[in-house]
Amino acid sequence: MKLNRFFKIIFLSEFVKAIIIAIKEILKKKKTINYPFEKGKISPRFRGEHALRRYPNGEERCIACKLCEAVCPAQAITIENEERPDGSRKTTRYDIDMIKCIYCGLCEESCPVDAIVQGPNFEFSTETREELYYNKEKLLENGDRWESVLAENIKLDKPYR
Amino acid sequence: MPKIIINDKEIEFENGMTVLQACELAGFEIPRFCYHERLSIAGNCRMCLVEMEKSPKPIASCAMPATDGMNIKTNTSMVEKARKGVMEFLLANHPLDCPVCDQGGECDLQDQSLYYGFDKSRFKENKREVKDKYMGPLIKTIMTRCIHCTRCVRFATEVGGVTELGAIGRGENMEITTYLEKSMESELSANVIDLCPVGALTSKPYAFEARPWELKKTETIDVMDSVGSNIRVDTYGWEVKRILPRLNNNINEEWISDKTRYACDGLLKQRLDKPYKRENGKLVESTWDEIINIVCSKIKETEKNLVAAHVGDMQSMETINSFKSLLDSIGVNNYDFREKPFYINPENKINYIFNTSIKGIEESDCIVLVGSNPRHEATMVNARIRKNFVNKKTSILSFGNPGDLTYDYTIVGNTTEDIKKFVNKQNKASEIFLKSKKPIIIIGESALELESGQFILESIKKFLLDNNFINEKWNAFNILIQNASSIGAIDIGFLKISKKNNFEFFNKLNNHQFSLLYLVGSDNLDFTKKDEFIIYQGSHGDRTAQIADIILPSPAFTEQNGLFINLEGRLQKSIKSTYPPGVAKEDWRIFNLISRHLNNQDLFKNFKELRDNTLKKIKDHSDFDVLPKTKISQENSEIGSFTNESVLIKAIDYYFSNSIARSSKTMSDCRAARSKNLKNQTGT
Repeated sequence: MKLNRFFKIIFLSEFVKAIIIAIKEILKKKKTINYPFEKGKISPRFRGEHALRRYPNGEERCIACKLCEAVCPAQAITIENEERPDGSRKTTRYDIDMIKCIYCGLCEESCPVDAIVQGPNFEFSTETREELYYNKEKLLENGDRWESVLAENIKLDKPYR
Repeated sequence: MPKIIINDKEIEFENGMTVLQACELAGFEIPRFCYHERLSIAGNCRMCLVEMEKSPKPIASCAMPATDGMNIKTNTSMVEKARKGVMEFLLANHPLDCPVCDQGGECDLQDQSLYYGFDKSRFKENKREVKDKYMGPLIKTIMTRCIHCTRCVRFATEVGGVTELGAIGRGENMEITTYLEKSMESELSANVIDLCPVGALTSKPYAFEARPWELKKTETIDVMDSVGSNIRVDTYGWEVKRILPRLNNNINEEWISDKTRYACDGLLKQRLDKPYKRENGKLVESTWDEIINIVCSKIKETEKNLVAAHVGDMQSMETINSFKSLLDSIGVNNYDFREKPFYINPENKINYIFNTSIKGIEESDCIVLVGSNPRHEATMVNARIRKNFVNKKTSILSFGNPGDLTYDYTIVGNTTEDIKKFVNKQNKASEIFLKSKKPIIIIGESALELESGQFILESIKKFLLDNNFINEKWNAFNILIQNASSIGAIDIGFLKISKKNNFEFFNKLNNHQFSLLYLVGSDNLDFTKKDEFIIYQGSHGDRTAQIADIILPSPAFTEQNGLFINLEGRLQKSIKSTYPPGVAKEDWRIFNLISRHLNNQDLFKNFKELRDNTLKKIKDHSDFDVLPKTKISQENSEIGSFTNESVLIKAIDYYFSNSIARSSKTMSDCRAARSKNLKNQTGT
């Protein structure tokens, strides 16, 4: 045992091995990315910023069933609703407190009409707290902006639901 | 007693029970949709299937009478398979719209499909769609969701006494309908919403308002009439979203009247949230300090026998008691709780309560109504009378014409002469009455309001005493008081009457002999203002607030704790379920403020002291939720003078009978629908 250790020290075998690994890595493809300009791959299930989606005809999907409000473990969602003149059930208020939110994705999972979703956007930091109290307009705007990606993600995830 | 074996457990049951009831008794719950304890058995949902020994097929337990020696299994794979099959058939045509359905979260079908439902649909055909029906301003219908349990139809015909709901078509084409697309003419109509196991019949005013799980539930009692129905108040934040019945077999079973259920939106409107004073004929906002100053200086400068006080129809006993303490401390002698001058005899508790008790009505075999319309005065009492009538075909007699009461009755006569003949055993009605074993007489306020009101009450009481119908076992003497606060007010003694003159207060009031009136929630007081200075303390900007000079805002019945005694003398607690708007103060705190200002001392230190004091004042009080045990005494009260006049039953504007109901949009919709129905009826 002692002899083995003696030869290792004499011939610097560990040192040589390390250099070989280092040279191999230099020749391999880079693992880090140049973040603000490059972005990593995100799973279709990624739970980022929330968005409220619309039907293709422009009607809001949300029917104010309040399941997301009930399931939210952080109680970050507040919904108020009323009957529209046409008899449909729609929200008058849909607020998410993005500071309270723990991004667990239960709201998305509970939604029966795929209205509330957590999109791929994770870059929504703000300078004030107030900007993180999302209301219905903000969420619908998010939905409109990300709709193509959101629809694609839901389609990709469908077989596993 | 016969025995039945359920899941290898042997239990005894009573004859006449069904298998389902026996299973309940043994502690095995059977899923059901159509079966309901208080309705007849239909047996059409087939959800309650159980396995019976020696029977090749599963049996519907709700419709199968239990017999001695039956061997029932409720937990076998066969039962489960059968129930799953039934559930699949029920769900085949049921739309998958739980997220937008108001029943979601408290739906029987939703709950049971969790245990017996299949997660995929094998039904590839088109789903059935049914046109929605119009059932009035209270009931919203989405008939596609209907599973044909016919609970609503059975309720309307059996309990409600209106045959306006029914089913047309058969099989898949069966539809529940009101035939003529008109609103249901029943004061109990909205109970079908609770009965509906799915979301086919839901509440129209509550449509999409809230979800059951986000409401705060408070178990309290109702004060719309003197019955004291047990209710559950559901609140969301400050708002009272809905009112639901609570089971109490002694009072309201599990029904409540439409007014109890839907006047709650009146609690949000027309509210008094700040003190007001009248300046140059206009009401202007004020502060508590200023307003109490004005009130106190006004009380100080007015001679005490020119001050009068009145409490309204929905005031708790604590309010009345603290008000009386205040009045006593400043030496005011004129006060009353009655809204109109009807005769009252506060000597003994049996003289002003419903002695037979509401549950006792069921045992009766002859019911006599004297100048009373129980349908509008106390809807739940009327429901009991109807229950008795349906079960036993009891003969019901009436003095005066109360109109449609949802059951058959005979009008004995329309004059007080007929009542005199009755108590002198000179007509056929008294023969029928004396032959019966457990008769009851219900005297309404309308009869006591007559000139011979005293005669009616005292002579009927004497008649009953003479014929031994008022004894320890059976008390046939009943007064149907209309207001929730009345019995409590009599017990506390909030009325100044002498043996000679029962209506001293009203005589002085109508002769305008008072110069300062302090009215607490009295919106129904029959009175025209002349030069009186009026202080109004109440929750709603209703009739009296319009003529008041000073307005003190106080909470409504859902916003403060209080005691109420219902018409049969049952003491119940009303629990605070939400808080009053603005700077409104609880009634007893306002009286405390005034007392501190006038006498430099509090009337009561805290609410507990007030409650203890109030409890002490209740006559023959034993406990909460029990009937009073009043000793029957042969006291000799004057029979009073007799005048021959017609017994007119004063019509009550049912949907507009108090300040909360008058502020409610739903109630005015109901009133409009009812008068529209009446108009249509006269045309045909």
